Amino acid sequence: MHDPASLRLESVTVDFGGLRALSGVSIEVNPGEVVGIIGPNGAGKTTLFNVLSGLVHPTSGAFFMGGAKREWPKPHQLTQLGIARTLQGVGLFNDLTVNENLLVGASHVEKDNFLKSLLGLDRNRQLHLYESAQNLLAELNISEYARELASSLPYPISKRVALARALMCKPSTLLLDEPAGGLGVEDIAWLKEFVLRFRSKKSVLLVEHHMDVIMNVCDRIYVLNFGELIAHGTPDEIKHNPLVIAAYLGSEEGE
Amino acid sequence: MFIDTLLIGISSGAIYSLMALALVLVWRSTRVVNFAQSGQAVLSTYIGYEITSKTHNYWISLPLAIICGALIGSLVDLLFMSLLSKRVKSGPIAEIAPVIATLGLLGLIQSVIGLIWGNAFLQYPSPLSGKGFTFGSHTVPFSPQNLFIVLASATVLAIFGVVFRFTNLGLALRASSFAPEIAQLAGIRVSRVRNIGWSFAGAAGAVAGAVITPTSTLSPNSLDLLFVSGFIAAVIGGLDSLVGAVVGGLVLGIGFSFILQYISSSVTFLAGFIILMIVLLVRPRGIFGKRVGRNA
Repeated sequence: MHDPASLRLESVTVDFGGLRALSGVSIEVNPGEVVGIIGPNGAGKTTLFNVLSGLVHPTSGAFFMGGAKREWPKPHQLTQLGIARTLQGVGLFNDLTVNENLLVGASHVEKDNFLKSLLGLDRNRQLHLYESAQNLLAELNISEYARELASSLPYPISKRVALARALMCKPSTLLLDEPAGGLGVEDIAWLKEFVLRFRSKKSVLLVEHHMDVIMNVCDRIYVLNFGELIAHGTPDEIKHNPLVIAAYLGSEEGE
Repeated sequence: MFIDTLLIGISSGAIYSLMALALVLVWRSTRVVNFAQSGQAVLSTYIGYEITSKTHNYWISLPLAIICGALIGSLVDLLFMSLLSKRVKSGPIAEIAPVIATLGLLGLIQSVIGLIWGNAFLQYPSPLSGKGFTFGSHTVPFSPQNLFIVLASATVLAIFGVVFRFTNLGLALRASSFAPEIAQLAGIRVSRVRNIGWSFAGAAGAVAGAVITPTSTLSPNSLDLLFVSGFIAAVIGGLDSLVGAVVGGLVLGIGFSFILQYISSSVTFLAGFIILMIVLLVRPRGIFGKRVGRNA
């Protein structure tokens, strides 16, 4: 039996013109797991995320959810599938306030009450959304920024707001694209603790360059190099995998 | 005299604001200056004219013309612009092709209007008087029709203000125009929201056409000058800001009115371009462009 929230990508291949960005890559994420995707620059990590979130359509491959094959999701359908994604960098609506950024994440229109929800006439629902947003901001220790414009926030705070925005749709799977990028030691420690806390209920798929974060929080790790999956295993297995070591040393020599 | 001039300025400024708003709504979500806007507006005005000539009732034709304006806006997006943006995605052509397409569409719409209704100047009268209000022995150049223009524009602007500021749809419209990719990941169907933006723009243009035309005549090109003023107003306002569009329209309308009154009618239009050049040179992002006020 598959958990309905389990995710699997099978044999994903992506060609950009003549360039093969991903070649037959398969990954799986199950509830309660933190899964990491690592690899040198240009390995295809973000492309894989883009495929999973419908921003890039793969040349071939299949998408499974809860063990059943499905159509590749379109980006706006992700939240309905219980998948939320943060983007590299910040990924916020700069000209909206923090509150508004969160409410956008929850304002997708319910079919049964199209006009009401579009215009926000259902006061109970609006209040409920607003409360959820305030609770999330409190949970992430950023309540004081609720009314600030996103563009005016300090970088580490904006990363947390992006996380809160993703959490607004109550995802069962969270896709985090370099969540530790540009953060200081304290914020990274906070992030690690957050991911582990979130894992107790849901699953996390993580693309990250900070090896410290990856090795500390991940249950399993996939390693990509030049668009191919070269290794898969626990952090300990990955640390000692000669192919992985060679890929990283090769890339360091090349840089 | 000063008050008279101001009132006339507000009346024409309100119309410029509506046209500017239509341009800004499309620009924000697609980064395209919609040159077809005057064609769309004049087409919906012709439809209003046709309905009035059948029903002999301006008040029936007005809302129907607005609805048609919204539909025309939506169709322009569905049949041309969104198809075009799917087919031409990258390279320098991706930026210029949509603008050229709107110019082509403008020609197409105006030619089709010419084929159906001819190029003669038609009367699309409203039941409101175009004669100025009289106070005692003094007749001001501000008529009931002018008052209606101001009220109709203010109503449309207020409705847009409320929708953008206080509704989920408004939030989705703002979010989709700022960062479409993030909006999609947040569950918003950006293409659908964008289409709503096009229909709002079409409706705003239709209101402008339907309330201004009774003060002059209707022909395939009769709203072209209004479009130019609307464009200048939108640029003054920063192209990105709805508030800027309204302020830009009023500044231009009142400016024109005073120049007409106190300098000369022959330099009025010239002054519009001079104002445009000064704004572009001194403050290229417009009075309300970017950082200042893009959120309403």
